[in-house]
Amino acid sequence: MNKKSRWFFTVDILYISMMVLPFLVAIIIKILTNAPSAGIDITGADIYFTLPMPIQNLPITESQVNSFCVVVAVFGLCLFLTHGINNGKLTTRHHVAEWIVEKVENMVDGNMGKYFSGFAPFITAVLALSAVSSLLALLGLYAPTSDVNIVGGWALIVFVLITYYKFKGGPVQYVKSFGDPVPLLAPLNIISEVATPISMAFRHYGNVLSGSVISVLVATGLQGLSSMIFKFLPGVLGEIPFLQIGLPAILSIYFDIFSGLLQAYIFAMLTMLYVASGFPAEIYEKRKLKKQK
Amino acid sequence: MFEIAVAIILGCCALGAGTAMVAGIGPGIGEGNAVAKACEAIGRQPESKGDVTTTMLMGCAIAETTGLYALVIAILLIFVAPNMFIEILKSAIG
Repeated sequence: MNKKSRWFFTVDILYISMMVLPFLVAIIIKILTNAPSAGIDITGADIYFTLPMPIQNLPITESQVNSFCVVVAVFGLCLFLTHGINNGKLTTRHHVAEWIVEKVENMVDGNMGKYFSGFAPFITAVLALSAVSSLLALLGLYAPTSDVNIVGGWALIVFVLITYYKFKGGPVQYVKSFGDPVPLLAPLNIISEVATPISMAFRHYGNVLSGSVISVLVATGLQGLSSMIFKFLPGVLGEIPFLQIGLPAILSIYFDIFSGLLQAYIFAMLTMLYVASGFPAEIYEKRKLKKQK
Repeated sequence: MFEIAVAIILGCCALGAGTAMVAGIGPGIGEGNAVAKACEAIGRQPESKGDVTTTMLMGCAIAETTGLYALVIAILLIFVAPNMFIEILKSAIG
């Protein structure tokens, strides 16, 4: 028994280090590569190195590295929460895991219907990735969600899903749906179809990016203001930006925590709504019945 | 001459960014309406507060989209476009 519990404890430590180490690695990489700069500095993600590829060189950026760190950390969290769930003794972490699964399954069932109940893991993955990526800004790292390429990739996956489920109702119906009221409107329908992933990507990335831009502007402005007001103080005291204490933290609560989590929720919600509304359930069931006859 | 051209590029980019953000008016009015209606609904039926709040936040985030398009264009005009235009100008001069 003692040996077994020691083994359990060791694996636990392994999982916890899997959750924490990626962030430490990301912070260390950032410290090693970034020179600290003064004043306003709003740039995109830094490019760490470039891989030579046949068609186009593949740049490995900060946002890619950070998002893979998030993937590893979320994987570690899942393993940690479900570790020893079959031992017959339920602890707090198992209840947390059950709570998460139950909440997401209820959400998926309520918004998409019984047919799509297999979507719960995908929705949980989207929620967790998006939320943890946005919260990464709290550690001073570059949030991957403020890069349009990362969010655009997720939106493309959602677009493929939507198109797949529209196709499932019948390819003929899918093509017909473009000329819905009158065939003259087909170009507009195609544009609105393509606009779905673009608007999803821009909504998420624009919200996170605007928050970080406003935070940087306010912080720099307060620095300038305090150096103007406290100029008369002698020596080092005059260089300390006193006014920077407080207000940027409140802004960070709104922009980094509330806005980031809200955008994660909205991205998952829109995924569910678009996929469920794109699937013509009645036509699909009619075809199924025909096939059975 | 080159300096004047660069100055015109920078100034016009800033003007364009400012003009683009006029689009912020629309989402402001729209979200204000949405929140006002949500307050009315909660006042009428206080027990449905949770549902109304989540639906309102969702609708607000969707109404925000047009403003965010303008914001993306403004950010591109301020941080990306000037360098690009100056590069084009340099290559045109030779």
